[in-house]
Amino acid sequence: MSPDSPTALIAEDEPLLAQALAAELARAWPQLRILASVGDGASAVVQALALRPEVLFFDIRMPGQGGLDAAADLAEAWPDGTAFPALVFVTAYDQYAVQAFEAQALDYLLKPVQPARLERTVARVQALLAERATDASGGAATLEQLRLLVAQAQPAAAAAPLRVIQASVGSSIRMVPIDEVLAFETADNYVRVLTAGHAYLIRTPLKDLLPQLEGGVFWQVHRGTVVRAGAIDSVLRDEAGKLSLVVRGRSEKFAVSRLHAGLFRAM
Amino acid sequence: MAIDWISKLRHLLQTLAFCLAVSAIQLVFLPDRPWQGPVAYSLANGVIAWAVIDFGRLLFPSDTGWPRGWRGVGLVVLGILMGHLLGNAVGDYLCRVNGWYPRNGAVQMQLGTTLLITALAGIVVTYYFYSQNKSAWLLRQMGEAQRHASEARLKLLETQLEPHMLFNTLANLRVLIASDAPRAQQMLDHMIAYLRATLAASRGTTHSLQAEFDRLRDYLELMAVRMGPRLAYTLDLPAELAGQPVPTLLLQPLVENAIQHGLEPVIAGGRITVTARADGATLELEVADSGAGLSTAPDTATGFGLAQVRERLATLYGSQGAIKVIAKEHAGTRALVTFPLKA
Repeated sequence: MSPDSPTALIAEDEPLLAQALAAELARAWPQLRILASVGDGASAVVQALALRPEVLFFDIRMPGQGGLDAAADLAEAWPDGTAFPALVFVTAYDQYAVQAFEAQALDYLLKPVQPARLERTVARVQALLAERATDASGGAATLEQLRLLVAQAQPAAAAAPLRVIQASVGSSIRMVPIDEVLAFETADNYVRVLTAGHAYLIRTPLKDLLPQLEGGVFWQVHRGTVVRAGAIDSVLRDEAGKLSLVVRGRSEKFAVSRLHAGLFRAM
Repeated sequence: MAIDWISKLRHLLQTLAFCLAVSAIQLVFLPDRPWQGPVAYSLANGVIAWAVIDFGRLLFPSDTGWPRGWRGVGLVVLGILMGHLLGNAVGDYLCRVNGWYPRNGAVQMQLGTTLLITALAGIVVTYYFYSQNKSAWLLRQMGEAQRHASEARLKLLETQLEPHMLFNTLANLRVLIASDAPRAQQMLDHMIAYLRATLAASRGTTHSLQAEFDRLRDYLELMAVRMGPRLAYTLDLPAELAGQPVPTLLLQPLVENAIQHGLEPVIAGGRITVTARADGATLELEVADSGAGLSTAPDTATGFGLAQVRERLATLYGSQGAIKVIAKEHAGTRALVTFPLKA
């Protein structure tokens, strides 16, 4: 097999299904080389960065980190200048995710994988890779799709948006009105709730908090950071091209991840 | 507030019919008087009382559609008084303009008599509408309770036939058919037994503890094919307890929680142990996992499974059934179900 034949990475936690996908791919796309097959999201990120495959097959539900989060992490860590791999998600049943895929034109496969459907996916990925060979700008579009996808795959917003954050301070519960909150920031197993001059810790994960926030008022700017859009003072770009922002009322800088950099373009 | 004009019209027509009946009775007792007088009085009284009561209750919204406590009584009294005062004025006006009073001027009805008639009629009609309203409300309540029960059953079925589990299992089966047919057959047998039990569980039956453990084995075998070396399990059922009756698939949500919240987050997987033992006159069933513990999963994540086990225990054993969940951070979770042994 020639060394420049296309390469792929499979992330699937069920061993039989990983083998089967590799076998089906061998039939549908004989030139494709499977560089590695891993069983969890964190390994998928590590292996993808080390091996630089051109195609990724990510299962959505995996132990530890799922496929969507792994893809988002990988997008953050992916070096500039090289095209982001073509991404195909694999799922048995994830309503929200499938709707999001339909909207974002990233490809997905439903388990059990049907040979005819797999052939269509292979054709799409091949077309994408061929397009990239002639056009070096590929990748930016994938990042944008991925950002929208991660945002859309969240469950629908809660009916009533959160009005008050209940944070325990010692033995008492402090009621923090949502209007005073400037940012939420993940810190280990906690989320830091930042107001002008105060910080509170709560145990509700950011992922569960997000759907309860009123749409448009808070922007997610990083995997672990959500800021009040109206309180953003300025956005700065450093020499390496990384964005960070300053929020009125807070002294620290908040990093803006590459996945969310698209939010900040001059009008 | 949206007003149901159709039902208001129905009430008005019923009120009119009742008023005509009352004036007909009056005519029977005083046949020599012109008939228009009592009819005019009766209709004017009734319509005004109806309007005050039927529209007045819109001001005091409640589930039943009837104001609670003294407000309900007060509204009726107000309606009757208004009907009496205004109605008599209107009736008097109509009679005088049209000349419906008896010519000999003999009898103007006593004020007390008309008040008594209005009050009796008002109470009877109000009571009629009230009880009609109440039975409609009770019917609605019953319908809601029934819907709630079927929803709970559907939800139980849905969690046990979780689509993610179903399609992943089918995907594994599809692979095995080509590569290892005998194992595919075994897996299919486990699945058939599990599906059968799932349907039985949604109908709320009981089976023996032996059958319960067999079904747990079916479920765990299906999961073991999917998870490979990440799942190990032990089922420990003493022979003398095998015949004890237990609600069908009572422990299944607990085993599912142990896999989903205990083993799934841990990349290396872990072990699930299900044990039955007798403690005096109490049967103890324990589902333990060596997984993540409940460190990150709040009550809501495990909520439905646990709530449903608790509910089934409460229905069958009252205060004698209990479930306890003990979680240690990073050291697994133990769910302990207890209920009386059957002698």
